[in-house]
This record gives sequence, C-alpha cells and structure tokens, in this order.
Amino acid sequence: MTTVTPSKPYREHLLRPGNTNCAGCGMSVGLQWLDEALGELEPVLVIPSCCGIVTAGAFPTSGYGMPTAATTFASSPAVATGISTVVNMTEYENPVICWAGDGGTYDIGLATLSAAAERNEDIIYICYDNEIYGNTGGQRSGATQIGAVTSTTSGGKTEGKKDIMAIMAAHRIPYAATLSIGNRKDFLKKVRYALSVKGFRFLLMLSPCPTGWKSEPDQSTELVELAVRSGLFPLYEIFDGVRYRINQRPDSTPVDTYLEQQNRFRKLWNNSEDIQAHIDAQWRYLEAMATVFPAKAPSSTR
Amino acid sequence: MTRTLATGNHVAGYALALAGEANRDARGCCAGAYPITPQTEIIEYLSDFSFSRGRVVLVESEHSAMGVCIGASLAGARAFTASSSNGLAYMTENIFSAGYYRLPIVMMAVNRTLGPPWNIWVDQGDSLMMRDAAWLQFYCDSHQDLLDTTLMAFRVAEDHRVMLPVIVALDGFVTSHTQMVADLPTQEQVDEFLPNCLIPHGLKHAHPTTVGGMTMPNETEHHRFEIQQSMENAISVLEEARNEFEGIFGRRPAGALETFEIEDAETILVACNTMARTLHNVINERRARGEKIGMIRLKMFRPFPREELLKAIGNAKRVGVMDRNHSPGSGGIFWQEIAATLIGRNDVLLQDYLVGLGGGDVTPENVNAIIDDLNRRESASTPEWKDTSV
Repeated sequence: MTTVTPSKPYREHLLRPGNTNCAGCGMSVGLQWLDEALGELEPVLVIPSCCGIVTAGAFPTSGYGMPTAATTFASSPAVATGISTVVNMTEYENPVICWAGDGGTYDIGLATLSAAAERNEDIIYICYDNEIYGNTGGQRSGATQIGAVTSTTSGGKTEGKKDIMAIMAAHRIPYAATLSIGNRKDFLKKVRYALSVKGFRFLLMLSPCPTGWKSEPDQSTELVELAVRSGLFPLYEIFDGVRYRINQRPDSTPVDTYLEQQNRFRKLWNNSEDIQAHIDAQWRYLEAMATVFPAKAPSSTR
Repeated sequence: MTRTLATGNHVAGYALALAGEANRDARGCCAGAYPITPQTEIIEYLSDFSFSRGRVVLVESEHSAMGVCIGASLAGARAFTASSSNGLAYMTENIFSAGYYRLPIVMMAVNRTLGPPWNIWVDQGDSLMMRDAAWLQFYCDSHQDLLDTTLMAFRVAEDHRVMLPVIVALDGFVTSHTQMVADLPTQEQVDEFLPNCLIPHGLKHAHPTTVGGMTMPNETEHHRFEIQQSMENAISVLEEARNEFEGIFGRRPAGALETFEIEDAETILVACNTMARTLHNVINERRARGEKIGMIRLKMFRPFPREELLKAIGNAKRVGVMDRNHSPGSGGIFWQEIAATLIGRNDVLLQDYLVGLGGGDVTPENVNAIIDDLNRRESASTPEWKDTSV
C-alpha cells in the first residue's frame, strides 16, 4: 500500500485558480477530476510542449500546484522515465503523470511513448485528445477525425483517426482506458484503478477545444456525452493489452447531433455516412474483442 | 589505485560508473543509453555495472537518452550518457534543453564525422556543433586525461557556481578503441572527490513550480546572462577542482589549456585531442634543431579560455591552428574562436589549417608540412586544406 508523507500541512490542488485554460477547455474538468481521484497523493507532472504547459502561465507563477516538468515536444515519456526511476529508487511513492496532447501522443512523441510502454515504465500517461494541434491554432493531427475542417485541411480531413488505444494495447501494458468528462463516476473509477496498479498505464480523454472545434464553450461536456452516446468515442478498458471491458454502449443517439454543434464538422452536416461507417466498424471490433477476450474483475492492486 | 591497460571507452565507462556510484547515499544515478559507433562500449560497460542505487535505461533513441537524463537530474540523481556523430545530432533538441534547464549532466562525446557520406572515423565537428548549447566542453588527449577529466566534469558541473552540463570529448577509435596505460582510482577516492549531487532547482513538492515553463523576454535574457556568468565562473572552479583532485589522487590533471615549450616561442601551434600528442613529438624534434617553436593544447572549449590563451600566446609572431572540423562557408571552429580572442593583436599572424577531416591520420609529416607553411608565410590566408593522404 502506498505511503504518503505530505510535503505541507495542506495539499495543493493540481489545477490552481489563475491557470490560462480557455473557457470550455476539456483540460479544466479533466485536471480537476484527476486531482479528486488522486486524493492525498502528490504527483509529479510531466508535460510536453502543448496547451497543457501554457496552462501553467508565465514564470514565476505556476497554474499547477504540483511540481511540473515542461519537456520538449516528443520527450514526456522519456523525462518521466528518468523521474520515475529516481522516485522508485528513493523515498517517494507518489505517481509520475504525463499529461500530453494528441500531437505529442499520436504523432511526434509516438516512438518515445511506445518505448516507455514497451519497457513498462511506472508512469501514468494521460492524453487529453482535442483532435488537433490546438496550441498552434488548430492544424490537423493523426487524431483528427475524418471530415473535420482544420487550418490545414480546409476541405475536411480525408484520412481517419489513428486508433491509439489499439496501438497501446499492442504493447500489452497493464491498463489502458478511455475517459469522458461527461461521466464523473466512470472517470474517477478508472483513474483510481490506474493509480492502484504498477507499470505503464495509458488513459485517453476526449478533450473539447471550443476554439478549434468551433463549438460553444458551455457545450463541452454535453458534446463529449454525445460522442459517447453516438458511439464515436467508446468508453472501455483494456487490461494487460488483451482483456476488454466496454463501459457504455451507444444508444440511439445519431452522430449528427454531435457533428451539428461543431462548425469543424460542417462538411459532414447531412453527409455523415463515412463517419457512421467508421463508428459501426469500430463497434464490431470492440464487441468482438470484449466477447472473445472479456475482462474479469480486476484483481491485482499494489 | 590500479595501473592498467585499457581502451578509452573502458576508461570512460569506469569513470562514469564510479561517479554514479559515488551518489548512492543521495538520490542515486541514472543513464539514458543508446548505442552508436564508436561510443557503444561505454554504454555496454555501464549496462553491466552493478549500481547500489542506479539504473541504466536502454531507450529507443538518443533524443530519449538525453530525455531520461533530464528527468533523472530534475529528480536529483547524478545523470550521464554517451553519444557520437549523428546520435548527437539527433539528440540536439534535448542537449539544448539540458543546458537551459541547468542540469549537471555529463556526456561523453566520442568524436566521429557527421554523415552523409557515412564515415565512422574521428572529426570534432559533432561535439563542436553543440558549442552554442549551454554545456561546458573538454577535449582529451589520452586515456589518463580522459579519466581525470570525466571525474573533474562532475565536480565542476555540480558546483553551484556553475550548475551546467559538461561534454567530455575524445577521439573516435584513436582514443576510444586503442589501449593505453591509465591509473584507475578506487571507489573510496571518487567518493571523497565527488560529494553528493545536490540540484537546488529540481522538482520539489514543498515548492511546486513549472520547471522550463514560459518566461517573458526580460526574464529569458536574465537566464542567458546568468548562464554566461556561470560559464565564466567555471574557469576558477576548474582550478579549485584541480587542487582538490591532486590532493586525493596524487596527480594534477590539465587545466583549461596545456602549454609546451612556449616560453620563447616565435611560432605556436594550437590543437586538441590526440593531434596535440603528435604535435608534441614534432615540437621536440624541431626544438632539438634550435627552432623557437611551442604548442598549446586546448582542453577547455566552453567556456573559451580567452585570457589563458592570450597569456600563453604571449609575444609569439605566428600562430597556426589545426582544426579537425569544418564549418562550411567559414573554416575551422577553433580558428574562429582564436581569431576572436586575438582581435587587436595585429602583430600575430594567425593561420587556420583544416587537417584530418573525416578521420584522416595526422602524421608527423603532415604536422611538419603545416609548420613549414606557417613559417614561410608573410600574411595569413583563408583556411588551408591539408590533405593527410599526401
């Protein structure tokens, strides 16, 4: 069991007031729920170049109440490896958490991420996925959905979104799961489980970016709920890379209700067959995996 | 102390391992390691070493090797690695990060030509590419020098008046893969020389900050200014470390530069690494013939020891620089630095010689041809290319 020696008479919050997040940014909910799940644990945060490091604001202030390392774009899993190595061979028992966007995860940092997962480093890696290069003004990434208009795909992206969960599962890491900022109970349960196991843990959070999604800031959590209910963003867990558990199945919500509230999907308004076909294929795959390789109740905790 | 015959890579690995082990009562040591010829044996040596509190992380690239060192150092460990040539080029982004984070990481740079065309032999262009990163740089001419310099590197890097990373450079194959006699110290001696590594600005829960976050232009300027001041401090910190070293190990390692026969010299040659040893022998022969000739081995390249160099050049009339590196469109990199140091000294004829590029073997004949050319000159020219194959 984890031993926690508080560094102060009170525990700082992970996300402090005065951070620079935009209104409606998915990170604001995600970081606060992560904070709640951590309880008394005091993590070290490792954040590559992305909006998540802008969140901290300018020196000498820090929007993060925990020690945070700002790394180069592709390096967060490598830097976190160095930190967690020292943490594990000295006195601390606190988690080392990478907090990275989809650019740093799906694209430029993929080799570093893959290697840290292959070595099964003792790191929790959370990708807040806003499906664009948000920090540079909303360009296409490997996480951008098919059809989405970005500042570098004015006609809509012609390729589909990379299946990062399958990529991470292929590394046979102890735990991978998706997180919804529209489902607090499910979110907290999964982060707490991730905190209870050792080794490399990967969490994928769909993170609305009203600026890039051309959506209303007050609709962010509702948009994620619609993405889950329509089946576009499935909520599921993968244990040891081979055992699957589906947490929420799509209801009859049409994907159009999700697409129509975001101007980035304007090319798909009344034209959602391709993305619906992608949803159907994704669910055939997930249902097959969950049937053939079902997850039993999680047993091992540290 | 054990006197032994060992390769340069073995000596480097030994020094890194004992330095890492010396931090076992503090936050241990950590290396990010990735192979590349001709440094690979260093990381192989480290991977085989049983650290009391330490880990060698076998990563997927040089970029991540330095990333691991950065993380370990931010968490308070003594961190080190080794690389060469295109590996250093691939690592570049994080090399600059380590310098600007001000982390006392030590890296062995086993000098190798940058490709393409592919060439595995010695050329200092790879480590000199990092001249504008906030790293100290030392160049070694022998196995003993390499061992002593590596231990000194940790001592100087971790001194709070410096707190900057250090590159220790050695010649690929000529030093890395040949054997020379070296006196290897004991762990107890290294423990005495290297106190526990204490990094004041690392990650701390008691005072959470975002290390490496955003700063405004005036703060960034101040950050660079402080690095410049720390670089300048390194010269005197190095001298203190030499005294300490001598007291513990019983020999005095070279300082920022090493001079030979310069007292009355009218002609002085400047070189680094093993070229300087060849030069040493040629100077002896020419001195025996009554020539007023001497040499300077540049050991420290960053910070650049301007005052020490001016003092060593003294009243010499001719200075020749042997550059085993090439900055296309300019010339030799050591020459650029020395030319900047000699501004206002119109009484000195300074000539650059590009020699041994791509690992060409620099023989006494090549060195004699350079000296003959330098002594015949009435004025300096653009850098001279000296092909070692003729």
